[in-house]
Amino acid sequence: MPPASQALPASDSRAPDIAFKWVAALAAAMIVVLIVLVGWELYAGSRLSLGHFGLGFLWSSKWDPVQDKYGALPFIFGTLVSSLLALLIAVPLGVATALFLTELAPLRLRQPIIMAIEMLAAVPSVIFGLWGIFVMIPWLRDHLFVWLKHSLGFLPLFQGPIYGVSMLAAGIIIAIMILPIITSISREILRSVPNLQREAAYALGATRWEVLRIAVLSYARRGLFGAAILGLGRALGETMAVTMVIGNRPQISASLFAPGYTLASVIANEFAEATSDLYLNSLFELGLVLLAVTILVNIAAQVMLKSMTGSGPIKVN
Amino acid sequence: MAVSPYLPTPGFARLRKAKSTAVTAVLVICALAVIAPLFLVIYFLLVQGWSSLDWNFFTQLPKPTGETGGGMANAIVGTLTLLGMATIMGVPLGVFGGIYLAEYGSDRANDWLRFAADVLNGVPSIVWGMVIYLVLVVPFKTFSAYAGGVALGLMMVPLVMRTTEEVLILVPQSYREAALALGVARWKVIMVIVVRTALKGIATGVIVALARIAGETAPLLFTALGNNFWNHNLKEPIAALPLQIFAYAISPYDDWHRQAWAGALVLMALILALNITVRVLSRDRSNTH
Repeated sequence: MPPASQALPASDSRAPDIAFKWVAALAAAMIVVLIVLVGWELYAGSRLSLGHFGLGFLWSSKWDPVQDKYGALPFIFGTLVSSLLALLIAVPLGVATALFLTELAPLRLRQPIIMAIEMLAAVPSVIFGLWGIFVMIPWLRDHLFVWLKHSLGFLPLFQGPIYGVSMLAAGIIIAIMILPIITSISREILRSVPNLQREAAYALGATRWEVLRIAVLSYARRGLFGAAILGLGRALGETMAVTMVIGNRPQISASLFAPGYTLASVIANEFAEATSDLYLNSLFELGLVLLAVTILVNIAAQVMLKSMTGSGPIKVN
Repeated sequence: MAVSPYLPTPGFARLRKAKSTAVTAVLVICALAVIAPLFLVIYFLLVQGWSSLDWNFFTQLPKPTGETGGGMANAIVGTLTLLGMATIMGVPLGVFGGIYLAEYGSDRANDWLRFAADVLNGVPSIVWGMVIYLVLVVPFKTFSAYAGGVALGLMMVPLVMRTTEEVLILVPQSYREAALALGVARWKVIMVIVVRTALKGIATGVIVALARIAGETAPLLFTALGNNFWNHNLKEPIAALPLQIFAYAISPYDDWHRQAWAGALVLMALILALNITVRVLSRDRSNTH
């Protein structure tokens, strides 16, 4: 422990005081211990497959438990595509809602809407999954997907048979789940834009949209980007709801109507029934990949948000 | 900053105004689209869940595959047990860590610890499940309630730590100085004056963390595992509402789907109750200060 630069003069150095400080320091140090533990255990759990497949594991697309051959590519693909789809939907909606809340909405409306968004954040993943299976998927299958295929079917993205469970369904359900965090962080960022910015633009005769575009959005761009990256960090690790709607098939398909599989959902589905050691080790390696990517993305988001806000910490809940 | 290339003719002014109005409309629609899913989820939870709730749901064990009826009594008790174990595990660690951040520690070390807590907070919950599987399931050769409780408890630590720090910092410095001037030992100042003053805030943070983990499924899949019977020994697998909802939702039986909705409604009610408690607690706090 580094010497404490104390805000208060040390009263005295009797044993209980020292013991108390050590207990507190140990508890704080647990955070670091836990990070090391998580990384180490995943590494230890995947040692067999790390040695067996090497780096080729990352771009092999074969996932065949029967022949004991494993590759991560379909899951990396599924995780990236479903998360990016989610961002594509959630970032514009989230930023627009944040703009509405900070710049437009009558004061009376703000609190109820903010509360509704907080409640959305409180809904557990497994409940979104349940709702996804029995409400969203049938609607997508019978309406939205049919319409998309009809009107945009010339794109490879919207071709092929419609099952309902699909990459696009996963993207939509993740989008719903990351909307609260993107909206609330964007709101914090927009609130940190100085009012002088807005007033200056209004004084030049700008319309409301011009004020938003010139004075607010361009000023907050960096922070909003940080909010999006933070949302990505959440999206990558989403497990239950995705598992329930993505169809769980390890394939790489151009069509968004086709089922897919993600890192988190293959672990959730196959971990308990992994029959061989190599199988289990490969699943741990998928976990290691997931952990590495999520941590990098989260660090990037933290750095971006910190440089944006400077003084006040952004509260991530 | 180049403001506008528009020429000051009436036509352009109208165009700009029309554009602005259109954008305003788009923003309103977006805000509606964001809160729509909440109402859709709540609506279906109420409609499907309420009609499926009956007395048996709260008092009976799940029926074997193929038989209708039964309930989730064991899963409700299991979830409460797991939350209790997680609290015992996660709250002391989180609170003492928060005390260290707020009361001791250099600025630089604290910056790093806060950063580490945020990183830990971002670890996907399924990863926690795998790690605890290796640490507590493999060595003891059995899935257990302990493993599930520890997984959830560790997920609480960074959350509780950060909120504890935040509320401790709000306690006026003069309180500490006054107590120290009276010759009270530092640890007593912290426990009796500082923590006690901020107790409501700490409790709020703990409940927020509980509401966050109450619905977690992924970390329980390979730790608590789930159980169709009562758990009589914490060294054995235990049922939990989220696990049961998941298992029933992906099953092919209509009666299980019905019960999954009922379970989801009960779980959501539990989480909402926790959130409402938070709201009441923090309202009291803002009144007294």
